[in-house]
Amino acid sequence: MAKLTITDLKKIKQDYHQGLREGGFRVRITVHMGTCGIAAGARGIMNTIMEELAKSNLKDVAITTSGCAGLCSQEPMTTIETTGEPPIKYTALTDEKMRKIFAEHVVAGRPVKEYALVAGHETTY
Amino acid sequence: METTYRSNIMICAGTGCVANGSLKVKDALESELIKRNLQKEVKIVLTGCNGFCAKGPVMVVYPEDIFYQLVKPEDVPHLVDEHFIKGRPVQKFLYTPPAEKNTIPVMNDIPFFKHQVLRALRNRSLIDAEKIEEYIARDGYMAAAKALTEMTPDQIVIEMKKSGLRGRGGAGFLTGLKWELCARVSGDIKYILCNGDEGDPGAFMDRSIMEADPHSVLEGMIIAAKAINAHYGYIYVRAEYPLAVHRLQLAIEQAKENGLLGKDILGTGFDLDIEIYQGAGAFVCGEETALMASIEGKRGMPRAKPPFPAVKGLWQRPSVLNNVETFANIPPIILNGADWFASLGTEKSKGTKVFALSGALNNIGLVEVPMGIPLKTVIYDIGGGMKNNRKFKAVQMGGPSGGCIPSSLIDTPVDYENINKTGAIMGSGGMVVMDETTCMPAMAKFFLEFTEDESCGKCVPCRIGNKTLLSILTRITLGEGREGDIELLLELSQQIKDTSLCGLGQTSPNPVLTTIKYFRDEYEAHIKEHRCPARVCTALVKFVVDKDKCKKCGQCFKACPAGALVWEKGQVAYIDPAKCTKCKSCIKACRFWSID
Repeated sequence: MAKLTITDLKKIKQDYHQGLREGGFRVRITVHMGTCGIAAGARGIMNTIMEELAKSNLKDVAITTSGCAGLCSQEPMTTIETTGEPPIKYTALTDEKMRKIFAEHVVAGRPVKEYALVAGHETTY
Repeated sequence: METTYRSNIMICAGTGCVANGSLKVKDALESELIKRNLQKEVKIVLTGCNGFCAKGPVMVVYPEDIFYQLVKPEDVPHLVDEHFIKGRPVQKFLYTPPAEKNTIPVMNDIPFFKHQVLRALRNRSLIDAEKIEEYIARDGYMAAAKALTEMTPDQIVIEMKKSGLRGRGGAGFLTGLKWELCARVSGDIKYILCNGDEGDPGAFMDRSIMEADPHSVLEGMIIAAKAINAHYGYIYVRAEYPLAVHRLQLAIEQAKENGLLGKDILGTGFDLDIEIYQGAGAFVCGEETALMASIEGKRGMPRAKPPFPAVKGLWQRPSVLNNVETFANIPPIILNGADWFASLGTEKSKGTKVFALSGALNNIGLVEVPMGIPLKTVIYDIGGGMKNNRKFKAVQMGGPSGGCIPSSLIDTPVDYENINKTGAIMGSGGMVVMDETTCMPAMAKFFLEFTEDESCGKCVPCRIGNKTLLSILTRITLGEGREGDIELLLELSQQIKDTSLCGLGQTSPNPVLTTIKYFRDEYEAHIKEHRCPARVCTALVKFVVDKDKCKKCGQCFKACPAGALVWEKGQVAYIDPAKCTKCKSCIKACRFWSID
C-alpha cells in the first residue's frame, strides 16, 4: 500500500463509515476475541456463526472480531448491530444459543431478549 | 454551593452519538448558552447510551423530558432560541421512543456499564485489532498527524503537563514532566520505550489494550517520540502474551506499509522505527532499569538511580519509558486538548483509570472509571457485589507491591493520593477482591512467595529480607508463630523498604504491613491462640463440628469426598478423624462457620 498522507486518513475514515454503516451490510456481527474470549470458547462461536451464515445464503451480513469487551466472566460474547438499531451484546454464549440468535436476530431481525445483556454503545468521552 | 438550574440538557456521549458528533453539539450548546447568558440557568450533562444510537446525536431536556434526535451543531442557535428563550419545543427534532423496544436494558440501566467512561479503552469491542482502517476510521493516527504537523516538541510537552496525565504503570509520575526531562537532554540518539511487561498477579489491562487496540499504543509512542526527538523505539512485552505480541507485530507491519511508521511518517519528514522485544517473564523486568538491561541482552537486573533513564537509559542514551495504558491515553489528549482530559478526575489525579477486577466478585473483567470514584461503587455496582453473597473483607490493590484496603475504608475515593494513604498503591490497577474466606496472613504469604521468587538477588535487603519475611509468615500459618513475630515482621519490613535498590524490594513488604495494620487480630489469633479465623491454614484447623453452631443441613456431608462425614437428617454432623483428609471441602460448603 502506498504511504498515507493526512488527507488519506480523513478519506479512509469517511469511506469506511459510508461503506460499512450505510451501504452493503445490513448486519454486523462482532465476536469478542481477546484472550479471555478465546479461552472461554469464542473460536467455536465464530465457527458456528460462519456455518449458519453459509447455510443461510445471506449476503448482507458482515462478521468481524474485536478484543475484550470488558466483562470477561460473561464470555464468550458477541455484539450484533443491525442498520438503524442500537448494537445488542449477547453474553455467556453456547453453540445452541448462537444458532437461535442467528435465526431470530440476524435472519429475522428480532433480538433474542433472554440472551441479551444490553443494548447501545458504551460511554466514551 | 450547588447552583440550581432551571433546565438540564442530557447529551448522549455513547460511542454511537459521539461518532455522530454529539460532542460538537455539546460545544455549540455551551457557546450558544453563554452567548444568550443562559449558562447559569441551563446545565449540560454528558450521559451514557440511551439505546437510540441510530437517531444520534440524541439529547433529553429535563424537567420537561423532551427527547431530541439528529441534532447538528448548526441547529443549536435555533434550538436554544426556541426552547430556552421562547419556551417551545422544536417540532423538527422531536422524537418519541417506541415503547415496545425498551425491553432489552440499555447501558444506563446496567451498573457495570453505567459508571464506566472509556478513554484508554475507547475502541474496545468496536474495532478489529488486525485492521488498520478500522482504527483510522475511529480518528486513529489523527492525533499523531496533529502532533507531527501542527505542534512543536515543546507544545506537546506543555499540553501533556497541563493534562495532568500520570504514569499508569504504578508510580504515577507526571508523564509530561518525564518527557520534558528527556527532551531537555541533548543527544542525537534517544529511545522511546513501551513497558508491556505486565506481571502483577490479577492485572491484565495492558494485555487487553495490546490485544484490542495495538495502534493506540503505536500512536502514543509516535507522539512521545516527537516530543523527545527519538527515532527508535521498543515495545517490551512478555512472551506469555502471545496474542498481544502477534497483534502488535501485525500493527507495526501495517503502520510501516502505510507510512505511519518508518521514514517520513505521513510525509512530515519525521522518522520512527518501533520493534518488539519479548521478555522472558521476569517480574523485575517491569522495573525500568532492569527492562533496559534486558533489552540490551544482559541479565534483567535494576541499577541504582541516578543517572535517571531520561539522561542515561537504554544503551546509555536518553530514554523515556511509559506504560501501555499511558500511551493509549495520549492520542485523545492531543486531539481533544489537556482541558478535556483534566475535566474528569480529582485535583491531582486526572482522567480515568483502567482496573482489572478479579476475585470474589460477580463481575470479573476490565473496567475504566473516572479517578476519584468511590471504591464501593467499583466493588458493589460495577463489580456486581460479592459472589455467593459472602461478606466483603478487603481488596488487594497494586498486586504484590500493593496492599490491602479493608471493608472499613470502602468509601475511599480511588485516586493516587487516597489509595496511598491507606498503605496500598494504585499500581497498574489490579483489584483482587477477597471475602471472609480469605486468611490475611496466608494472603500476605502468597504475595511474599511471589516476590521472593521474583527477586533478582542483586541487593541483600530484597534477596535475604524477603526470604526471612516469608519464613516468618510460613511458621505463623503453620501454627508455629512466636511471641514477637509481629514486631519482627514490622521492623524487617521497614528495613527492606528503606534499603532495597529498586521498586520491587521497596514495595514487597506492603502486603505484610497492610495486613498487620488492618488485620492484626488475625495474626494474633494464629500466633497466640493457634487458630485461623478464616479456616484456611490447614495446620490450625481442628476439623471438628461445633454442636452449637451446626444447623444440621448436611451440606458438609454432601461435599465430603472422603466419606469422613457422618450425618443424618436432623442430626448434628460429625467428622471421623480416621477418614478425614483435611481437604477443607466441608469448610467451603458450610455456610454457618460451624467447623473449627
